[in-house]
Amino acid sequence: MSKVMIYGEIKGGKLKKSAYELASEGRKLADLLGGDLGAVVMGSAGEQFAPELARYGVDTVYVVESSDLDTYNSETYAQALAKIVSEKKPEIVLLGHSMQGKDLGPRTAAKLGIGIIADCVSLELDGSTLIGTRPMYAGKCNAKWVALGSPQMASARPNVLEVVESAKAGAVEKIAFTADASRPTYTTKDLNLDTSGKVDLTEAEIIVSGGRGMGGNDFSLLEAMASIFGPTATVGASRAAVDAGWRSHSDQVGQTGKTVTPNLYVACGISGSIQHLAGMGSSKVIVAINKDPEAPIFTKADYGIVGDLFKIVPEFNKELESLLKD
Amino acid sequence: MKSLVCLKQVPDTETQIKVKPDGSGIVTDGIKYVINPYDEFSVEEALRLKEKFKAGEVVILSIGPDRTTEAIRTALAMGADRGIYVNDESVNNADPFAIAKTLAAAAANVEYDVIFCGHRAIDDDFGEAGAMLAEFLGLPQVTLVTKVEVAADKKSATVERDVEGGKETVEVPLPCVLTSQKGLNEPRYASLPGIMKAKKKPIDKKAAGDLGISPETKLQAKQYSMPPERQAGKKYQDMEPADVAKTVVQALRNEAKII
Repeated sequence: MSKVMIYGEIKGGKLKKSAYELASEGRKLADLLGGDLGAVVMGSAGEQFAPELARYGVDTVYVVESSDLDTYNSETYAQALAKIVSEKKPEIVLLGHSMQGKDLGPRTAAKLGIGIIADCVSLELDGSTLIGTRPMYAGKCNAKWVALGSPQMASARPNVLEVVESAKAGAVEKIAFTADASRPTYTTKDLNLDTSGKVDLTEAEIIVSGGRGMGGNDFSLLEAMASIFGPTATVGASRAAVDAGWRSHSDQVGQTGKTVTPNLYVACGISGSIQHLAGMGSSKVIVAINKDPEAPIFTKADYGIVGDLFKIVPEFNKELESLLKD
Repeated sequence: MKSLVCLKQVPDTETQIKVKPDGSGIVTDGIKYVINPYDEFSVEEALRLKEKFKAGEVVILSIGPDRTTEAIRTALAMGADRGIYVNDESVNNADPFAIAKTLAAAAANVEYDVIFCGHRAIDDDFGEAGAMLAEFLGLPQVTLVTKVEVAADKKSATVERDVEGGKETVEVPLPCVLTSQKGLNEPRYASLPGIMKAKKKPIDKKAAGDLGISPETKLQAKQYSMPPERQAGKKYQDMEPADVAKTVVQALRNEAKII
């Protein structure tokens, strides 16, 4: 019996990095509770990930087999996850706070009659009570939350928990599932995914962001920088740039956009409103490039460059390219 | 076309949040409250649907203390028809589970084709009430919605939603719960006649007992704290672009060790 269970999200035929983060964290919690760690993966293709999950501490991989799970659907996935949790009775269930996790977690929790501590940046145990620390007000403050029901459920912000190897058996248990079709749900008609392999803002390790100072919709300098950094980097934007129509709303970083925690955040032509600073203030390292030496972004930047971004970014890209090519 | 819009009043995004010395919550003195920005998209979409079908009703449902009526009044000034708010100590600051239970109980007394929620409230940032409400009502949920087209018979809707790295188009039977995302629309401003009219529109106040519920909370906040204050680091001014680029790139590798 698994005392801790994680949900391993599959995207584009691959297990997401968050699954390894959750496995590593789950392993730690399972050891403290003196029990096993299980991982749920949806669809029979999930079996192939068992060895990888085992490497990060998973004892048992529950592969839910059903043609009903070929395409993600809130209701059917929540039914399947709630079924496994009810049967296996873990004390703790962990999901990633990804776009899918945000959709799946609360619906599953509601089915189980429990709450879910969303978007945790750290998890700890007080005896057997799970405590999740989560940013609120887009990171303007933090709070520790506890789950009062059982099991205790939490979702973890991607890219924050550490990935630690800890080899375990990774035994596979296949579980058959048929969706209860009496519960109404939507049907997917079209899935239009960006196939460039671009990583989502909330999961990017490096974000190159542009603001009002970009002066227009030409973000090619920033796109170039992101592509030099590689596939874990992506381009973001401030609200000013999004509201001006220069970038899509899905690129917006800040209180009314996305809260991000990359290893490196490069802010170009962003003055740093309170809403923006809240949304990116927990980035590990911040570089700011701005003409205005008084811009608030410089109070948060580890490396602040006062100057014209259109002169500095090209030089920055040249330096990066020569450094990163070896 | 009848829509029920769940709306939360939240501190304006300009608010500097301060935590109480005992860590029991945030300091609320002097906070200016607004409609949660994602809920404004909901109000606007509900109004557009009513206008498109040239019939129906837009009902605003909220939970919170008496100041919540200001947010409801603003939505009424935008054009919504009436408001309901649940003001009860037991739920005003409750967790998403209890909030969703309360919304579900209140929704039971309202006719609707669609329930709109913001995909999250920008204060507690949970983003759970919409999905939980849908589950409690046994309705489909479509989250992070950026486009809604309701079929002429009002039996289904074609909805576009944000998914990671792209868009998904789904067909959903009505009634359903939709959670609004930025990009859905541009909310209108309340007009002066709208503001005048709103003063006469009904806002119905309820207690949890009126709804026949005593919702149980499933999560509890233990301790609030301020994030560690980030210090300004090195600042480079009046340097040649090539020199400053080299210096900072080298520092990212050798000092910060992140590239």
